Amino acid sequence: MTYDVLFDLGLAGVLIAIAAGAIFARGSFVSLVLFMVYGLLLAIVWVRLSAVDVALTETAIGGGVTGMLLLGAASRLRATKGSAVKAGFPARLAAGALCILVSIALGIVVYALPEVPPTLAPIAKENLASSGLGNPVAGVLFVYRALDTLLEKVVLLLALAGVWSLAQDQAWGGMPGLRVYAKPNSILVFLAQVLPPVGITVGIYMFWAGANRPGGAFQGGTVLAAMWLLVMMARLREVPAIDTLWVRQLLVVGPAIFLLIGLLGFVFADSFLAYPPDHAKPLIVIAEAALTLSIGVTLALLVAGPPERMRQ
Amino acid sequence: MNSATMFGYCGAMLVGLGLFGLVTNPEILRKILAFNVLGSGVFLLFGVIARRGAAAGLGADPVPQALVITGIVVAFSATAMAVALLVRFNKETGEITMSSDAPSDSGRSEERR
Repeated sequence: MTYDVLFDLGLAGVLIAIAAGAIFARGSFVSLVLFMVYGLLLAIVWVRLSAVDVALTETAIGGGVTGMLLLGAASRLRATKGSAVKAGFPARLAAGALCILVSIALGIVVYALPEVPPTLAPIAKENLASSGLGNPVAGVLFVYRALDTLLEKVVLLLALAGVWSLAQDQAWGGMPGLRVYAKPNSILVFLAQVLPPVGITVGIYMFWAGANRPGGAFQGGTVLAAMWLLVMMARLREVPAIDTLWVRQLLVVGPAIFLLIGLLGFVFADSFLAYPPDHAKPLIVIAEAALTLSIGVTLALLVAGPPERMRQ
Repeated sequence: MNSATMFGYCGAMLVGLGLFGLVTNPEILRKILAFNVLGSGVFLLFGVIARRGAAAGLGADPVPQALVITGIVVAFSATAMAVALLVRFNKETGEITMSSDAPSDSGRSEERR
């Protein structure tokens, strides 16, 4: 028991130190690498909090895709004029005091949490059987809070539309400006040939197992996105132009099928996004399968960025 | 003090750290990064509340967990959008910071947007 507490204390200490390093580091590159380490450490914290689903999401997003997105941006930025004017000492002091106050206030909230914590776990567990799922988090995501999940996918699509809309006019409909490193016989090309079969299997398994164990459409989709990005960066496959029909179809197929199943709920069950009692699990798995594909494509294209060059 | 509460204090400190980076660092990329640290601190507070709500044989309350997963996805969407804005801003103005000392330049690019 004491070892557990010691481990957690050490973990929290390292986490804070790495986060501070990422915030205070001088160079952007150092800061970004620390941020990715931070994401992975945070995933361990989530495991310690018995939230393995969140841990998987945090590893995939916090440690992986966000880090890649920021690194990609850092390599594209060119400071042609203007140097970083740091805030003056009094301003930093005031900001520091404000931030410490915010932290203390939140700390007091944590300290003052009610003795008997409110929980929805028993209700979620009780009603889980009727959905046919074994993973309570998947149950909450796809049954009780299905509207959140649907809208979350729409947010992803909206973000992609926003990213694309930043393209210059002449590049519209062209290919995203993902940096490719096409050196034949490099380690990257080797990895891009060896990893995808394994990664795609893992991604599909994560979605499939997500019904009963930690995992799910989002985590699986992120792994698929990573594999696709790897292949594109090694230039084994070209980045597709954003007006390609199959790209557009894959982007919308997940949310569209989920929405369709939701609408069928009006006819075959009581309300929007309600599932008929005997067919809940197959319907959820179909929606999740389509969502996994769409999420993979959306995430990869979000990382690839706005279109920059026309199709050759 | 149990582990969950301890991670709660940890989350509170992360929020403060992230906020500090967001306010003081003039580089936009670093602001986006700090914003993500801030967000993860908030998520961690959710996680602590989920862990405290462990019941019915579950290690943690699944409802806050599901909310956090949705939150992480939405935070990523916002980050991707912010990064795209930053890259375009940099292409237009050649700057990587939001410094209040150069109002003429950044002001003009804001208008163009």
